[in-house]
Amino acid sequence: MSPVFAILAAMTLASAIAAMSFRKLVHSALSMILTFSGLASIYLHLNAQFVGLVQVLVYVGAVAILVVFAILLTRDSTRDSSVRSLAKSWLTGLLVAGAVFGTLAAAILGSRALDRAAPQAAEITVKKIGEQLMTRYVIPLEVVALLLTAAMIGAVIIAMREKEGK
Amino acid sequence: MDQIDQIFVSLKHWAVHFFPAVVQPLVSAGLSIAALIATFGSIFAITTWVERKALGRIQNRLGPNRVGPFGLLQPLADAIKMLTKEDIVPVSADRVVHYLAPFALIIPVSLALAVIPYGRNMAPVDLDAGVLFFFAVGAAAEVAVFMAGWSSRNKYSILGAMRAIAQMISYELPLVLSTISVVMIVGSLSLVKIVEAQNHFVLGFLPGWHVLTPWGFAGFVLFMIAAAAESNRAPFDLPEAESEIIAGYLTEYSGFKYALFFLGEYWGMFAVSGLAVTLFLGGWTAPFPFLVWVPSFVWFFAKLGALIVLFIWIRGTLPRLRIDQLMSFAWKFLLPMSLINIVVAAVWHFAAGWSFPLASLWRWVLCAALVAIPYLSFGRAMAGRRRFPKRVYQYAT
Repeated sequence: MSPVFAILAAMTLASAIAAMSFRKLVHSALSMILTFSGLASIYLHLNAQFVGLVQVLVYVGAVAILVVFAILLTRDSTRDSSVRSLAKSWLTGLLVAGAVFGTLAAAILGSRALDRAAPQAAEITVKKIGEQLMTRYVIPLEVVALLLTAAMIGAVIIAMREKEGK
Repeated sequence: MDQIDQIFVSLKHWAVHFFPAVVQPLVSAGLSIAALIATFGSIFAITTWVERKALGRIQNRLGPNRVGPFGLLQPLADAIKMLTKEDIVPVSADRVVHYLAPFALIIPVSLALAVIPYGRNMAPVDLDAGVLFFFAVGAAAEVAVFMAGWSSRNKYSILGAMRAIAQMISYELPLVLSTISVVMIVGSLSLVKIVEAQNHFVLGFLPGWHVLTPWGFAGFVLFMIAAAAESNRAPFDLPEAESEIIAGYLTEYSGFKYALFFLGEYWGMFAVSGLAVTLFLGGWTAPFPFLVWVPSFVWFFAKLGALIVLFIWIRGTLPRLRIDQLMSFAWKFLLPMSLINIVVAAVWHFAAGWSFPLASLWRWVLCAALVAIPYLSFGRAMAGRRRFPKRVYQYAT
């Protein structure tokens, strides 16, 4: 484990825990942004430049802003939220999480996939990603585009109805 | 001449070789950072002076003229004033977020400055996906604006922040889409390669800059409009509108934190102007073959200075837009135009294969028509039936 990875992982985990435990929703949203940036830095550290930068662009630039807007438009962001950060059944949650982790870890460690040598990492360029998106994955891409358009039209319609009701 | 052209690169190599090999990458990075901060710090100081002088002249005033010759030491006086001012934090403000907001702005902006090639071999960081990096860190600036507006606990601040975020999101689309046409033609996201693609001369004397092609010209204009909006410059300075919402998200900032915000905004303007120079104005390349002996960084900073002066001139000329005008301009005009521009760039790319007589002329005419016709029809459609008679001024002569 390189020191760079250790620092990034610690930052990501710490901000993720902070995002869960802050009393104010905006603080949680801001530390979630830090988590996203931490993840992006880990991608960059692993030499996945494109994924890392898109992570910043989409999550920090768009998703985080969307979350922040949603918080500001729906509730009084200056007050502490009344929800306890730790649910009463935290012990059960811990047990379930531990069990899931154990099962997954056992399955992965027991599988033969680990014996295979790691495949040579291909030089992934943006050009290659673009070509794949336009040829092999063109139908999934179009389906996602359609879904997003439908969601956007739906959002607009919901917003319009509210106006008429007044 | 090559020695002068590469003087900063050789200086850095010379300075770095004194250090043991282990720390050399660190020293090299540190030197680049120091050079960047020093250069853009001084450009910032000069720009504030030029801006106040030019705006003063535009408004029939003298501008700063007390400190030093022609008021040249005014930036220094301002800096001392900013540093010695009391740092006021509102009682109900969220202290931590209020404190962090200026840094959250300055860090992404200085990161964006790091990928721009300032001269031959003079890109501080040469990333394969430089364009993507630029926009990714630019997106982080929105978060800083929100932090400033929300933490001040002031209705004007939050209004300004909401306006700023809405504006930044709306204008980011035309900004990125007009960049895409360049990326399509060059076939690379690396800013260094984009400059190299423009480093040739058409017909032996015209520079091969993208701005001199139909799609490039349209892209440049779209990019500059969106860039002015992204960096909250007039006429898109609604988030800070002093006369309406008393400087928006900056209302509750004073002293050095205000200075940092100010610096961040100007650096943002320099960064986005630098990107415009790199994408459309040929970066560090010379405009004519007989001028190639001039060092490359001189060309870059001359073009950057020209764009900064253009921004100041626009600020002194145009009135502020209304928020609905701002939004409809972005979504109904800039966005469709930049989408059309992508198609034009594609036509330009494929028309390169034409092989009949005067093919390059026809290619030029076709692409210019493809840009001009939608521009005119959109303009007509947006103006609607309104007529704009010549204005008559009663008192001004």
